[in-house]
Order: sequence, then C-alpha cells, then structure tokens
Amino acid sequence: MAAVSSDNRGLRLAVRYAVLTLVAVIFVFPLLFMAMSSLKPDHQLLTDTGSLRAFLPVGDISFDNYGAAFERAPIGVFVLNSVLVTGVTVAFSLLVCSMAAFSFVFLNWRGRDAVFGVLLATFIIPYETIFVPLLLMMSQLPWIGRGGIEVGWLNTYRAQIIPFIADGLSIFLFVQYFKDLPRELIEASRVEGAGWWLIYRRIVMPLSGPVFATAAILKFLFMYNQYLWPLMVVQAEDIRPVMVGLGYFTDQLNVPWGEVMAYLTIITVPVLAFYLSLQRAFISSVASTGVKG
Amino acid sequence: MNRKLALAAALAACLPASAMAQTELSLWYHGAGSANAEEALVNQLVEEFNAAQSDWRVVIETFPQLAYNDAVGAAALAGELPDILDVDGPVMPNWAWAEYMRPLGIDEAKLRGFLPGPIGRWNGEVYSVGLWDAAVAMTTRRSTLVKYGIRVPTLDAPWTLREFNDALRKIKVSGDFEYPLDLGMAWRGEWYPYAFSPFLQSFGGDIVDRSTYQSAEGALNGDAAVAFGEWWQSLFENGYAPGTSQDAADREVGLLEGEYAISWNGNWAALPVVEAFGDDALFLPAPDFGDGPVIGAASWQFGVSATSDHPEGARAFIEFALRDRWFSAFSDGTGLIPVTSTAAADTKNYAPGGPLEVFYELSEAQALVRPVTPGYIVQAKVFEKALADIANGADVADTLDAAVDEIDADIARNRGYGH
Repeated sequence: MAAVSSDNRGLRLAVRYAVLTLVAVIFVFPLLFMAMSSLKPDHQLLTDTGSLRAFLPVGDISFDNYGAAFERAPIGVFVLNSVLVTGVTVAFSLLVCSMAAFSFVFLNWRGRDAVFGVLLATFIIPYETIFVPLLLMMSQLPWIGRGGIEVGWLNTYRAQIIPFIADGLSIFLFVQYFKDLPRELIEASRVEGAGWWLIYRRIVMPLSGPVFATAAILKFLFMYNQYLWPLMVVQAEDIRPVMVGLGYFTDQLNVPWGEVMAYLTIITVPVLAFYLSLQRAFISSVASTGVKG
Repeated sequence: MNRKLALAAALAACLPASAMAQTELSLWYHGAGSANAEEALVNQLVEEFNAAQSDWRVVIETFPQLAYNDAVGAAALAGELPDILDVDGPVMPNWAWAEYMRPLGIDEAKLRGFLPGPIGRWNGEVYSVGLWDAAVAMTTRRSTLVKYGIRVPTLDAPWTLREFNDALRKIKVSGDFEYPLDLGMAWRGEWYPYAFSPFLQSFGGDIVDRSTYQSAEGALNGDAAVAFGEWWQSLFENGYAPGTSQDAADREVGLLEGEYAISWNGNWAALPVVEAFGDDALFLPAPDFGDGPVIGAASWQFGVSATSDHPEGARAFIEFALRDRWFSAFSDGTGLIPVTSTAAADTKNYAPGGPLEVFYELSEAQALVRPVTPGYIVQAKVFEKALADIANGADVADTLDAAVDEIDADIARNRGYGH
C-alpha cells in the first residue's frame, strides 16, 4: 500500500514537472529565438524560422549583428536614457503611490471614498487617449531653468517622467495590500503616540516589500516599453529611449532582422536583470494580492 | 578709444565668417540609422552651408524613418516644428494642407532641367524640392530573354500586355524558375502604391480621379481598374509571382540566386545585379498595358515649415543644396538618381554609358508622381490593402468598390481636402 502511494506521488511529481517544463519552454522560446537569431545573417535567420534551427546556434554564427547594431544607433545612450527615465519614475512612483494608498486606507478624510472611486475609474482610460491634451499641456508648462523661467517641457527628461509618477493601478495595488496589514499594529502605534509619517516609514513600508516589488516591476515594464509618448515629446537624439531607438532598424523597405534581434537582445538585458532581482517578492505579492501584470 | 575699436575690428576680421553671430535654423531629417551614406552627406551639406555664409547656422536633428511622420505631427500640434522639414514627396500635400509647411517661394528658374518627381508642387506652388529621385524597372538578364525567345523591350517600344503575359507564361512553362516574376510583395507600406499603382495607371485607371481629387469612383473601380485587378489576381493564380507571403530574403536575393526570372525593383537594388550579371544585366521599362508605360516618382524632399520664424534662412539652405555638385554627391553616395542631366553626367552610375544610366532615362520618360492630394496618405493604405486582398483571392470588383467607398468617405470627412 505504501509502495502504491509512493508511486502515485512520483507520478504526480513527474506530471507537475512536465507541465511546468512545457510552460517554461513556451515562455523561454521567444527569448531563445531572439538571442539565437541575433547571431545569424539575415538570409539564414529567415530561412531558419521554418524549423527548430531557429532556436539553435547553428549555421553561420557570429557577433557581426551586434557590431552593426552599435554602428547604426547610439545604443548605449538609448539604454542609459531608458534606465534613467524608468528608474527615476519607478522610485518616485513607489513613494507617491504608496503614500496615497496609505492615506486611502489609514486616514479618514472627507470625500476619500469618492476620490478613490474616481481613481479606480481612471483604469478604463488608456493613456493614449489623453496623450494629445497632455502634449499640449506639456508644451505650455513653465519650469525654472538655468536661464530663469522657461515655457515648455518638450524635449526634456521631465516630460518623460513626471506624467507617469502617479497612476491608479499602482495606488490600487498598494491599497489592496495595505488593507490586509494587521490594523492592531497601526492602532497600537497610534496609542503609543507615533505620527502617521513614522507609521508609514517604520511599520507599513517594512511589511510591504512584496507589493513594492510588484508595483516596481509593473511600472518598470510600462516605462521601459514606452514608445508613443517619448516619440511625441522628445526630438533630441541624446534623450531618446530604447523603444524609439528601435525605429533606427527599419527603413522604407528593408528590415535588417539580425541587427533588430541583436538590438532587442541588448535592450532586454536590463528588463530581465530587474525582474530577476525582484522575482521572489513579486511572486509573493501575486500570491497574496491575486494581481499580476 | 579708437585704438580699442581698431583692435576689436581687427579681431573680428580674423574670425571665420561662421563664428560670428549666426541665427540658428533647425532641420529635421528622417534617416537616423539608415546605415548608408545619405545621413553623412546631409551632415556634410549642413556643415558646408554653415561655413559658407555668416547669417545662418543649421542644426540638424535626425529621426528614425519609422517614427518621423508621427514626430512631425506631434510637433505641429505642440507648435514646435523645426524651420526646415524633410518630407516624403507624396506626403507633402498633406502637410501643406494641414499648414505644417509653407510655399518655398523659390525662383522656379532654379528648378529648370529637373526631373518632374523631385519638385513638390501643391495648389500651384512649390512646397518642397528633392536632391534625388528613384525609379523602378523590370530587372532581368539578357540571356534569359534570349533563351525563351522574348523580345528585349525599349523605351520607345515597351512590352505590351500580351507580350508581357506571353513572356511570363513561357518562363513558367519552362519550369526553370520558381516564379517568372518577383513583384516584391514582401515589401509592404509605400512600396505598394509606389510600385503597383503605375500598373493600374497603365491600364487607364488610378487611385483617385485626378481631375477633381474628390472621388475614386470610376478611377479605382471602373472598367480599366477592374481589368487591372483581374490581371493582377491572375499573376498569383497562375503562379507567375509569389504572393503576400513572399519571404523578405527571397525578395532580396531571389533574382540573383535564380529563383526568379524578372524582378520589378528599384535603382537602389540595381548595383548588385550589375555586379552579379555584368553585361548580361538588363533594366527594362515598365510594360505598356494600354494607356502608356508608367513608373512612380518622387522621393524625400526639403521644405520650410509654416511656423518658421526665418523662412528666408530655410530657403537659403535649400537653394544652397540645389546644385549639381550635391546632386552628384548624393547619387554617388546612395545610388539614387540625380535630379538633373548635367549632374547625372558627373556621376559614376548615371553618366552616359554608366551602369544605371537607363534609370535616369526611365525617370525622364515614364515617371508619374503619386496622386497630389492631402488624402493620399489614406488612399495609399486603402490601395495597399485592396491589392493585397486581391492577390489573396478576394473578388476584384467588390474589393475595388469597397476601396472606393473608403477613399470617398475619407475625402468627404475632410471636406474635399482643400481642392
């Protein structure tokens, strides 16, 4: 009887690993295709797409596409710009959105529920629909620069960062997570005389690692993948982000696919590195809040 | 005091002209990442202009072509257009109509002797001028035509529809090639109206009725257009040409590797053919399908934005560029067609006896610009979809009728586009 039970357990384990392996393969294959294709000349790359060779480092393999891609576009500048814009936005977003959520969950103020309702309603408005009025606004906003007051935010980092610091989804994520925190801790701290800032800083933040990781990853992906907005507000090459840079690899008729794959492989590295560094907390948060990107 | 003034004057005299106060002009250029000599030549042109005079200093900002038109649209919305715009010829009327651009105000005597394609004219005024043009030809090998007993056509006596169909049939029957004809179906976007609307025009149809530009009725779905559509569909049904699923790599090398017998391709792809086939290479005129042989025309051009504070400076830059020296330099660097015969004579490819000389003659004899209307940018997309659908087996008359409806609705929505 014990032997049968052990066999069943083994079988279940095998099936589970088989399914997980299949899922992993499905997710990994596009990345593998991209990386392998980046090593092949265009003609071979396109020919290989019809077979499993597309996922293997076979045939005429070299790093020539990488050299050509670096010659074609200032990739380092684009990656640096994207990392800068994304990093600053993520940092400010975590602070602003978590504080807003803290206020929705723990503070009592008039109109709180109504404001939260409006915030939730913003979920249904795609960013693209507000880009045109936002662009007009950006072109008229003042800023204090080196030469005094300037008008217009176009062609600046701040035009790429500030509109995306606060967003409904991040605040909603924080609200959902904060609601599950033990209220006794907060109430006890209040009784002990702690102020709201101290409670936020010393109690809520340390207990909310997973939701910070989740919000950071979602915001990172959104910002790093931005195309239309920077295309509209940035004209100077030296502050252009990676996704607009992808346009350097297509002209009217031809696409150098090997170089495109090399470029995509390069710009995927920061995304993977960021995700892997926060993966454990992200999974923990998804498990606890039931929200994923 | 006088000594100080004299010293200042002496110092000023020692400075190069370009170092003195120049008014800045912004120039937007579409070719970032183009990986050819064009971008370098545009930069050289700007540098030489800046050094050649003391009034203006052009500052160039390059954009990837994929994003360029959208960036210009956004900048127009925000009131941030540059002084000098780079514009694709068929798009120019739309930008002029939308008031992104203003008339060049250039002395048209300076455009005498130009090919027709590089002059961007809208509502009777010149808005843009190009430094080069492009042309397409039926590219093949003399030995192929001789082998199958096919006449070598000339500019004066291009293939007729019957001759062209017979040629394709003979080659197909031989079984020597995967396909007799490569149309470049793997290339999408502007290639379709640029390369294929001339076939429609040669049948007697067009994308839109050019007499009024108020409707496509009759032009795109009349008898001539339906005849074109049926012929177009037959190319794919008979296995004469690969369809929309054509591999992009085959498009690049199919002719050179013997997959295709004839390729409908541009002058920019001609040099590898000359290198591969030598004297056996042939670049033939478009066939005459009944209403005369036609090829497309107009490439990227320079114009002045409507919001420029210094149109005279922008004009000065464009006039500086309109010299044979630059036409030849761009042609030698990029392989594109110089816009005057005198410049062509100075190029390595288009000079008399040069390997691509025939393309200049084709441009001169057969070129027709795409419909000169602000609605073209919509019409081009509608036309592209219709041709792809017909190639994939859609009913010809129904597809063309639907395309006409879409184009007419767009024209009505935009109140006739100012014609």
